[in-house]
Amino acid sequence: MALNKEQIAQRIAKELQDGFYVNLGIGIPTMVANYIPSGINVVLQSENGLLGMGPFPFEGDEDADLINAGKQTITTLPGSAIFDSATSFGMIRSGRVNLTVLGAMEVAENGDIANWKIPGKMVKGMGGAMDLVAAAKNIIVAMQHTDKAGNSKLLPQCTLPITGLRCVKKIVSDLGVFDITENGFVCREYAPGVSIEEIKSKTAGKLTIADDVKEITF
Amino acid sequence: MNKVVANADVAIKDIESGMTIMFGGFGLCGIPENCIRAIVNKGIDNLTCISNNAGVDDFGIGLMLQKKQLKKMIASYVGENAEFERQLLSGELDVELVPQGTLATRCMIAGYGIPFVPVLAGVGTEVAEGKETVVRNGRQYLIEEAFDADFAIVKAWKGDTMGNLIYKDTARNFNPLMAMAGKITIAEVEELVAPGELDPNMIHTPGIYVNQIFQGTDYEKRIEQRTVRKRS
Repeated sequence: MALNKEQIAQRIAKELQDGFYVNLGIGIPTMVANYIPSGINVVLQSENGLLGMGPFPFEGDEDADLINAGKQTITTLPGSAIFDSATSFGMIRSGRVNLTVLGAMEVAENGDIANWKIPGKMVKGMGGAMDLVAAAKNIIVAMQHTDKAGNSKLLPQCTLPITGLRCVKKIVSDLGVFDITENGFVCREYAPGVSIEEIKSKTAGKLTIADDVKEITF
Repeated sequence: MNKVVANADVAIKDIESGMTIMFGGFGLCGIPENCIRAIVNKGIDNLTCISNNAGVDDFGIGLMLQKKQLKKMIASYVGENAEFERQLLSGELDVELVPQGTLATRCMIAGYGIPFVPVLAGVGTEVAEGKETVVRNGRQYLIEEAFDADFAIVKAWKGDTMGNLIYKDTARNFNPLMAMAGKITIAEVEELVAPGELDPNMIHTPGIYVNQIFQGTDYEKRIEQRTVRKRS
Protein backbone atom coordinates (compact mmCIF):
# COMPACT_ATOMS: atom_id res chain seq x y z
CA MET A 1 0.00 0.00 0.00
CA ALA A 2 1.18 3.47 -0.84
CA LEU A 3 1.54 5.77 2.17
CA ASN A 4 -1.31 8.06 3.10
CA LYS A 5 -0.66 11.70 3.97
CA GLU A 6 -0.28 11.01 7.68
CA GLN A 7 2.24 8.26 6.97
CA ILE A 8 4.26 10.55 4.71
CA ALA A 9 4.36 13.07 7.58
CA GLN A 10 5.25 10.33 10.04
CA ARG A 11 8.16 9.13 7.88
CA ILE A 12 9.49 12.68 7.48
CA ALA A 13 9.35 13.14 11.25
CA LYS A 14 12.01 10.42 11.54
CA GLU A 15 14.42 12.84 9.84
CA LEU A 16 14.16 15.29 12.74
CA GLN A 17 17.19 15.54 14.97
CA ASP A 18 17.41 16.81 18.51
CA GLY A 19 18.01 20.55 18.55
CA PHE A 20 16.75 21.23 15.03
CA TYR A 21 15.00 24.45 14.12
CA VAL A 22 12.39 23.42 11.55
CA ASN A 23 10.09 25.27 9.15
CA LEU A 24 7.03 23.27 8.11
CA GLY A 25 5.04 24.32 5.06
CA ILE A 26 1.28 24.13 4.62
CA GLY A 27 -0.48 20.76 4.10
CA ILE A 28 1.31 17.44 4.73
CA PRO A 29 4.39 19.25 6.14
CA THR A 30 2.25 20.74 8.94
CA MET A 31 1.28 17.21 10.02
CA VAL A 32 4.95 16.38 10.70
CA ALA A 33 4.55 18.25 14.00
CA ASN A 34 2.15 15.50 15.15
CA TYR A 35 4.84 12.80 14.86
CA ILE A 36 7.93 14.31 16.48
CA PRO A 37 9.72 11.31 18.04
CA SER A 38 9.87 11.22 21.81
CA GLY A 39 13.17 12.38 23.22
CA ILE A 40 13.71 14.70 20.25
CA ASN A 41 13.33 18.41 20.93
CA VAL A 42 12.78 20.61 17.91
CA VAL A 43 11.74 24.25 17.64
CA LEU A 44 9.19 25.05 14.95
CA GLN A 45 9.66 28.27 13.01
CA SER A 46 6.71 30.05 11.45
CA GLU A 47 7.89 32.58 8.88
CA ASN A 48 5.36 35.23 9.88
CA GLY A 49 7.56 35.76 12.93
CA LEU A 50 7.57 33.04 15.56
CA LEU A 51 10.07 30.53 16.90
CA GLY A 52 8.59 27.92 19.20
CA MET A 53 5.18 27.38 17.65
CA GLY A 54 2.84 25.55 20.00
CA PRO A 55 -0.34 23.57 19.33
CA PHE A 56 -3.72 25.06 18.43
CA PRO A 57 -5.27 26.98 21.35
CA PHE A 58 -8.06 25.52 23.45
CA GLU A 59 -11.52 26.60 22.35
CA GLY A 60 -12.13 30.13 23.58
CA ASP A 61 -8.42 30.92 23.95
CA GLU A 62 -7.79 31.75 20.30
CA ASP A 63 -6.17 35.14 19.72
CA ALA A 64 -6.33 37.01 16.40
CA ASP A 65 -2.86 38.40 17.09
CA LEU A 66 -1.25 34.96 17.28
CA ILE A 67 -1.28 32.98 14.04
CA ASN A 68 1.07 30.83 11.98
CA ALA A 69 2.07 31.32 8.34
CA GLY A 70 -1.04 29.39 7.29
CA LYS A 71 -3.08 32.05 9.16
CA GLN A 72 -4.26 29.45 11.70
CA THR A 73 -4.64 30.41 15.34
CA ILE A 74 -1.83 28.84 17.38
CA THR A 75 -0.07 29.21 20.72
CA THR A 76 3.39 30.02 21.98
CA LEU A 77 5.44 27.73 24.24
CA PRO A 78 7.81 28.42 27.11
CA GLY A 79 10.89 29.81 25.36
CA SER A 80 9.10 31.08 22.27
CA ALA A 81 10.30 34.23 20.52
CA ILE A 82 8.43 36.72 18.33
CA PHE A 83 10.10 38.88 15.69
CA ASP A 84 9.43 40.83 12.52
CA SER A 85 9.34 39.38 8.99
CA ALA A 86 12.83 40.59 8.02
CA THR A 87 14.36 38.88 11.07
CA SER A 88 12.34 35.79 10.23
CA PHE A 89 13.77 35.53 6.74
CA GLY A 90 17.16 36.59 8.08
CA MET A 91 17.34 33.40 10.14
CA ILE A 92 16.19 31.42 7.10
CA ARG A 93 18.57 33.11 4.65
CA SER A 94 21.59 32.81 6.94
CA GLY A 95 21.09 29.07 7.35
CA ARG A 96 20.01 28.97 11.00
CA VAL A 97 16.90 26.99 10.16
CA ASN A 98 18.14 23.39 9.98
CA LEU A 99 15.31 21.81 8.01
CA THR A 100 12.53 22.96 5.73
CA VAL A 101 9.68 20.63 4.78
CA LEU A 102 7.41 21.70 1.96
CA GLY A 103 5.08 20.40 -0.70
CA ALA A 104 5.76 20.36 -4.45
CA MET A 105 3.95 20.02 -7.74
CA GLU A 106 7.12 18.81 -9.48
CA VAL A 107 10.70 17.98 -8.55
CA ALA A 108 13.45 17.48 -11.12
CA GLU A 109 16.26 14.93 -10.93
CA ASN A 110 18.73 17.79 -10.29
CA GLY A 111 16.71 19.07 -7.30
CA ASP A 112 14.84 21.90 -9.04
CA ILE A 113 11.40 22.42 -7.52
CA ALA A 114 8.15 23.86 -8.88
CA ASN A 115 5.38 24.53 -6.40
CA TRP A 116 3.98 28.03 -6.81
CA LYS A 117 2.29 28.55 -10.14
CA ILE A 118 0.29 26.73 -12.80
CA PRO A 119 0.17 28.82 -15.98
CA GLY A 120 -3.39 29.68 -16.99
CA LYS A 121 -4.71 29.20 -13.48
CA MET A 122 -5.09 31.83 -10.79
CA VAL A 123 -1.70 32.85 -9.46
CA LYS A 124 -1.84 33.10 -5.71
CA GLY A 125 1.80 33.94 -5.19
CA MET A 126 4.91 32.27 -3.87
CA GLY A 127 4.62 33.48 -0.27
CA GLY A 128 7.87 32.50 1.44
CA ALA A 129 8.58 29.43 -0.69
CA MET A 130 11.21 31.01 -2.96
CA ASP A 131 13.11 32.44 0.00
CA LEU A 132 13.00 29.11 1.82
CA VAL A 133 14.18 26.98 -1.08
CA ALA A 134 16.92 29.45 -2.02
CA ALA A 135 18.37 29.45 1.48
CA ALA A 136 17.68 26.22 3.29
CA LYS A 137 20.57 23.75 3.40
CA ASN A 138 18.28 20.85 4.01
CA ILE A 139 14.96 20.63 2.17
CA ILE A 140 12.65 17.64 2.31
CA VAL A 141 9.70 17.57 -0.06
CA ALA A 142 6.46 15.84 0.92
CA MET A 143 4.47 14.98 -2.19
CA GLN A 144 2.35 12.52 -4.09
CA HIS A 145 4.50 10.59 -6.56
CA THR A 146 2.08 11.09 -9.45
CA ASP A 147 -0.66 13.55 -10.34
CA LYS A 148 -4.33 12.63 -10.46
CA ALA A 149 -3.92 11.37 -14.04
CA GLY A 150 -1.07 9.11 -12.98
CA ASN A 151 1.73 11.20 -14.49
CA SER A 152 5.03 11.22 -12.63
CA LYS A 153 5.86 14.34 -10.61
CA LEU A 154 9.51 13.26 -10.29
CA LEU A 155 10.82 14.46 -13.63
CA PRO A 156 13.95 14.89 -15.77
CA GLN A 157 13.19 18.62 -15.58
CA CYS A 158 10.33 20.70 -14.26
CA THR A 159 7.67 21.74 -16.74
CA LEU A 160 5.97 24.25 -14.40
CA PRO A 161 7.48 27.62 -13.42
CA ILE A 162 10.44 27.05 -11.10
CA THR A 163 10.42 28.00 -7.42
CA GLY A 164 14.11 27.29 -6.87
CA LEU A 165 17.10 25.64 -8.55
CA ARG A 166 18.94 22.50 -7.37
CA CYS A 167 17.69 22.79 -3.81
CA VAL A 168 15.72 19.64 -2.92
CA LYS A 169 17.80 17.01 -1.08
CA LYS A 170 15.17 14.42 -0.25
CA ILE A 171 11.63 13.45 -1.22
CA VAL A 172 9.17 11.41 0.79
CA SER A 173 6.33 10.43 -1.53
CA ASP A 174 3.49 8.01 -1.11
CA LEU A 175 5.69 5.37 -2.81
CA GLY A 176 9.01 5.79 -1.05
CA VAL A 177 11.97 7.83 0.15
CA PHE A 178 14.31 9.32 -2.44
CA ASP A 179 17.58 11.20 -2.13
CA ILE A 180 18.56 13.60 -4.87
CA THR A 181 22.16 13.11 -5.91
CA GLU A 182 24.39 14.01 -8.84
CA ASN A 183 23.00 10.86 -10.44
CA GLY A 184 19.37 11.87 -10.06
CA PHE A 185 16.81 10.23 -7.79
CA VAL A 186 18.05 7.41 -5.60
CA CYS A 187 15.37 5.22 -4.05
CA ARG A 188 16.40 4.44 -0.45
CA GLU A 189 13.13 3.06 0.86
CA TYR A 190 9.86 1.82 -0.58
CA ALA A 191 6.40 1.94 0.98
CA PRO A 192 5.13 -1.38 2.38
CA GLY A 193 3.64 -3.41 -0.46
CA VAL A 194 4.90 -1.09 -3.21
CA SER A 195 7.14 -2.83 -5.72
CA ILE A 196 10.38 -1.45 -7.14
CA GLU A 197 8.82 -2.01 -10.58
CA GLU A 198 5.94 0.33 -9.67
CA ILE A 199 8.37 2.99 -8.44
CA LYS A 200 10.39 2.66 -11.64
CA SER A 201 7.33 2.94 -13.83
CA LYS A 202 6.05 6.01 -11.99
CA THR A 203 9.36 7.91 -11.90
CA ALA A 204 10.04 9.80 -15.14
CA GLY A 205 13.36 11.29 -14.00
CA LYS A 206 16.63 9.37 -13.77
CA LEU A 207 16.25 6.80 -11.01
CA THR A 208 18.61 4.36 -9.37
CA ILE A 209 17.71 1.92 -6.65
CA ALA A 210 20.05 1.91 -3.66
CA ASP A 211 21.85 -1.41 -3.10
CA ASP A 212 20.56 -1.45 0.47
CA VAL A 213 17.01 -0.36 -0.41
CA LYS A 214 14.55 -1.37 2.29
CA GLU A 215 10.95 -1.12 3.28
CA ILE A 216 9.85 2.03 5.12
CA THR A 217 9.38 1.50 8.82
CA PHE A 218 7.85 3.94 11.27
CA MET B 1 7.26 66.13 19.78
CA ASN B 2 3.57 65.34 20.09
CA LYS B 3 2.52 63.33 17.03
CA VAL B 4 -1.04 62.63 18.01
CA VAL B 5 -3.87 63.22 15.56
CA ALA B 6 -7.56 62.85 16.37
CA ASN B 7 -8.46 59.84 14.24
CA ALA B 8 -7.88 57.94 11.00
CA ASP B 9 -9.64 60.54 8.82
CA VAL B 10 -7.21 63.22 9.97
CA ALA B 11 -4.22 60.90 9.73
CA ILE B 12 -4.87 60.03 6.08
CA LYS B 13 -5.96 63.50 4.90
CA ASP B 14 -2.81 64.02 2.80
CA ILE B 15 -3.07 60.68 1.02
CA GLU B 16 -4.12 61.30 -2.56
CA SER B 17 -5.14 59.24 -5.56
CA GLY B 18 -2.17 57.69 -7.36
CA MET B 19 0.05 57.39 -4.30
CA THR B 20 1.98 54.33 -3.11
CA ILE B 21 1.03 53.09 0.34
CA MET B 22 2.44 50.31 2.53
CA PHE B 23 0.06 48.44 4.81
CA GLY B 24 1.40 46.38 7.70
CA GLY B 25 -0.10 42.99 8.52
CA PHE B 26 0.12 39.30 7.64
CA GLY B 27 -3.21 38.03 6.35
CA LEU B 28 -5.68 39.87 8.56
CA CYS B 29 -3.32 39.82 11.56
CA GLY B 30 -2.02 43.24 12.57
CA ILE B 31 -3.66 45.25 9.79
CA PRO B 32 -4.48 48.96 10.28
CA GLU B 33 -8.25 48.54 10.27
CA ASN B 34 -9.09 52.16 11.07
CA CYS B 35 -7.00 53.69 8.28
CA ILE B 36 -8.25 51.15 5.73
CA ARG B 37 -11.82 52.13 6.64
CA ALA B 38 -10.95 55.82 6.32
CA ILE B 39 -9.33 55.36 2.89
CA VAL B 40 -12.39 53.41 1.71
CA ASN B 41 -14.63 56.26 2.92
CA LYS B 42 -12.44 58.93 1.34
CA GLY B 43 -12.81 57.22 -2.03
CA ILE B 44 -9.36 57.97 -3.47
CA ASP B 45 -8.18 55.60 -6.19
CA ASN B 46 -5.33 54.53 -8.47
CA LEU B 47 -3.40 53.50 -5.38
CA THR B 48 -0.36 51.24 -5.44
CA CYS B 49 -0.50 49.04 -2.40
CA ILE B 50 2.46 47.23 -0.83
CA SER B 51 1.33 44.56 1.60
CA ASN B 52 2.15 40.89 2.15
CA ASN B 53 -1.46 39.91 1.34
CA ALA B 54 -4.54 41.51 -0.21
CA GLY B 55 -7.07 40.84 2.53
CA VAL B 56 -10.22 38.80 2.02
CA ASP B 57 -13.28 39.74 -0.01
CA ASP B 58 -15.02 41.71 2.71
CA PHE B 59 -12.24 42.73 5.07
CA GLY B 60 -8.83 44.39 5.11
CA ILE B 61 -7.41 45.47 1.78
CA GLY B 62 -10.27 43.56 0.15
CA LEU B 63 -12.51 46.52 1.10
CA MET B 64 -10.41 48.82 -1.11
CA LEU B 65 -10.53 46.26 -3.92
CA GLN B 66 -14.32 46.19 -3.73
CA LYS B 67 -14.38 49.94 -4.33
CA LYS B 68 -11.81 49.62 -7.15
CA GLN B 69 -9.36 51.91 -5.39
CA LEU B 70 -6.24 49.95 -6.32
CA LYS B 71 -4.22 50.24 -9.50
CA LYS B 72 -1.45 47.91 -8.45
CA MET B 73 -0.84 45.36 -5.71
CA ILE B 74 2.67 44.39 -4.61
CA ALA B 75 2.42 41.28 -2.41
CA SER B 76 3.81 37.79 -1.81
CA TYR B 77 0.51 35.90 -1.55
CA VAL B 78 -2.91 36.97 -2.78
CA GLY B 79 -5.15 33.91 -2.37
CA GLU B 80 -8.46 33.96 -0.48
CA ASN B 81 -9.86 36.87 -2.45
CA ALA B 82 -12.29 36.34 -5.34
CA GLU B 83 -12.64 40.03 -6.21
CA PHE B 84 -8.85 40.28 -6.46
CA GLU B 85 -8.85 37.38 -8.90
CA ARG B 86 -11.64 38.95 -10.97
CA GLN B 87 -9.85 42.32 -11.25
CA LEU B 88 -6.53 40.65 -12.04
CA LEU B 89 -7.96 38.45 -14.80
CA SER B 90 -9.94 41.37 -16.31
CA GLY B 91 -6.80 43.51 -16.42
CA GLU B 92 -8.18 46.19 -14.07
CA LEU B 93 -5.50 45.45 -11.51
CA ASP B 94 -1.75 45.10 -11.95
CA VAL B 95 0.06 42.73 -9.61
CA GLU B 96 3.73 42.29 -8.75
CA LEU B 97 4.42 39.12 -6.79
CA VAL B 98 7.50 39.33 -4.58
CA PRO B 99 8.99 36.50 -2.48
CA GLN B 100 8.03 37.15 1.13
CA GLY B 101 11.55 37.50 2.49
CA THR B 102 12.46 39.82 -0.36
CA LEU B 103 9.34 41.88 0.36
CA ALA B 104 10.37 42.19 4.02
CA THR B 105 13.94 43.02 3.12
CA ARG B 106 12.95 45.67 0.56
CA CYS B 107 10.94 47.35 3.34
CA MET B 108 13.79 46.96 5.81
CA ILE B 109 16.47 48.50 3.60
CA ALA B 110 14.22 51.48 2.85
CA GLY B 111 14.15 52.15 6.59
CA TYR B 112 17.90 51.61 6.87
CA GLY B 113 18.76 53.99 4.02
CA ILE B 114 20.18 51.24 1.80
CA PRO B 115 19.10 51.56 -1.86
CA PHE B 116 19.37 47.94 -3.00
CA VAL B 117 20.35 44.50 -1.80
CA PRO B 118 21.52 41.22 -3.39
CA VAL B 119 19.23 38.24 -2.69
CA LEU B 120 19.22 34.57 -3.69
CA ALA B 121 15.46 34.12 -3.62
CA GLY B 122 14.04 34.03 -7.13
CA VAL B 123 17.27 33.27 -9.01
CA GLY B 124 16.38 31.13 -12.02
CA THR B 125 12.66 31.92 -11.71
CA GLU B 126 10.20 34.34 -13.30
CA VAL B 127 10.96 36.74 -10.46
CA ALA B 128 14.45 37.23 -11.93
CA GLU B 129 13.18 38.41 -15.31
CA GLY B 130 14.51 41.88 -16.18
CA LYS B 131 16.49 42.15 -12.97
CA GLU B 132 20.14 43.06 -12.64
CA THR B 133 22.28 40.29 -11.14
CA VAL B 134 25.62 40.13 -9.37
CA VAL B 135 27.94 37.15 -8.79
CA ARG B 136 29.90 36.72 -5.56
CA ASN B 137 31.93 33.62 -4.68
CA GLY B 138 30.38 31.77 -7.59
CA ARG B 139 26.77 32.42 -6.60
CA GLN B 140 24.37 34.58 -8.53
CA TYR B 141 22.17 37.09 -6.70
CA LEU B 142 19.31 39.32 -7.84
CA ILE B 143 19.54 43.02 -7.14
CA GLU B 144 16.37 44.05 -5.33
CA GLU B 145 15.50 47.72 -4.78
CA ALA B 146 14.33 49.42 -1.61
CA PHE B 147 10.64 50.27 -1.74
CA ASP B 148 9.72 53.90 -2.25
CA ALA B 149 6.34 54.49 -0.58
CA ASP B 150 4.62 57.83 -0.04
CA PHE B 151 2.96 56.55 3.11
CA ALA B 152 3.36 53.58 5.42
CA ILE B 153 0.39 52.70 7.60
CA VAL B 154 0.99 50.37 10.51
CA LYS B 155 -0.92 48.95 13.43
CA ALA B 156 0.67 48.56 16.85
CA TRP B 157 -0.52 47.33 20.23
CA LYS B 158 0.72 50.24 22.32
CA GLY B 159 2.20 53.58 21.39
CA ASP B 160 3.07 56.80 23.13
CA THR B 161 2.42 60.35 21.98
CA MET B 162 6.03 60.59 20.70
CA GLY B 163 5.36 57.74 18.27
CA ASN B 164 7.24 54.92 20.02
CA LEU B 165 5.55 51.60 19.25
CA ILE B 166 5.21 48.10 20.70
CA TYR B 167 3.52 45.28 18.78
CA LYS B 168 1.81 42.20 20.17
CA ASP B 169 2.56 38.61 19.19
CA THR B 170 2.62 37.81 15.47
CA ALA B 171 0.70 41.02 14.72
CA ARG B 172 4.25 42.44 14.55
CA ASN B 173 5.13 40.83 11.16
CA PHE B 174 5.73 43.56 8.55
CA ASN B 175 4.61 46.47 10.74
CA PRO B 176 7.95 47.58 12.22
CA LEU B 177 9.66 47.24 8.83
CA MET B 178 7.07 49.33 7.04
CA ALA B 179 6.98 51.86 9.88
CA MET B 180 10.65 52.53 9.10
CA ALA B 181 10.15 52.57 5.34
CA GLY B 182 7.44 55.11 4.54
CA LYS B 183 8.24 58.72 3.60
CA ILE B 184 5.40 59.48 6.01
CA THR B 185 4.39 56.87 8.57
CA ILE B 186 1.00 56.70 10.24
CA ALA B 187 0.58 54.44 13.27
CA GLU B 188 -2.75 53.38 14.72
CA VAL B 189 -2.59 51.77 18.14
CA GLU B 190 -4.94 49.95 20.46
CA GLU B 191 -3.66 51.89 23.44
CA LEU B 192 -2.13 55.37 23.30
CA VAL B 193 -0.17 56.39 26.39
CA ALA B 194 1.92 59.30 27.67
CA PRO B 195 5.74 59.37 27.26
CA GLY B 196 7.36 57.41 30.07
CA GLU B 197 4.66 54.80 30.30
CA LEU B 198 6.39 52.47 27.85
CA ASP B 199 9.66 50.85 28.93
CA PRO B 200 12.35 52.19 26.53
CA ASN B 201 13.90 48.70 26.50
CA MET B 202 10.74 47.23 25.04
CA ILE B 203 10.21 49.66 22.15
CA HIS B 204 10.06 47.91 18.74
CA THR B 205 9.71 51.03 16.56
CA PRO B 206 11.49 54.19 17.75
CA GLY B 207 9.26 57.25 17.45
CA ILE B 208 11.60 58.99 15.00
CA TYR B 209 10.11 56.83 12.25
CA VAL B 210 6.51 57.74 13.07
CA ASN B 211 4.92 60.99 11.88
CA GLN B 212 1.35 60.59 13.13
CA ILE B 213 -0.22 58.40 15.75
CA PHE B 214 -3.76 57.88 17.00
CA GLN B 215 -5.71 55.48 19.14
CA GLY B 216 -7.88 53.31 16.92
CA THR B 217 -11.43 52.26 17.70
CA ASP B 218 -13.74 49.33 17.04
CA TYR B 219 -11.10 46.74 16.19
CA GLU B 220 -12.74 43.67 14.71
CA LYS B 221 -9.52 41.61 14.56
CA ARG B 222 -11.04 39.01 12.33
CA ILE B 223 -9.54 35.49 12.40
CA GLU B 224 -8.99 33.84 9.01
CA GLN B 225 -8.47 30.25 10.14
CA ARG B 226 -9.90 29.54 13.56
CA THR B 227 -8.12 26.35 14.62
CA VAL B 228 -8.64 25.08 18.16
CA ARG B 229 -8.25 22.03 20.41
CA LYS B 230 -11.07 20.62 22.50
CA ARG B 231 -10.57 20.94 26.23
CA SER B 232 -10.17 17.47 27.67
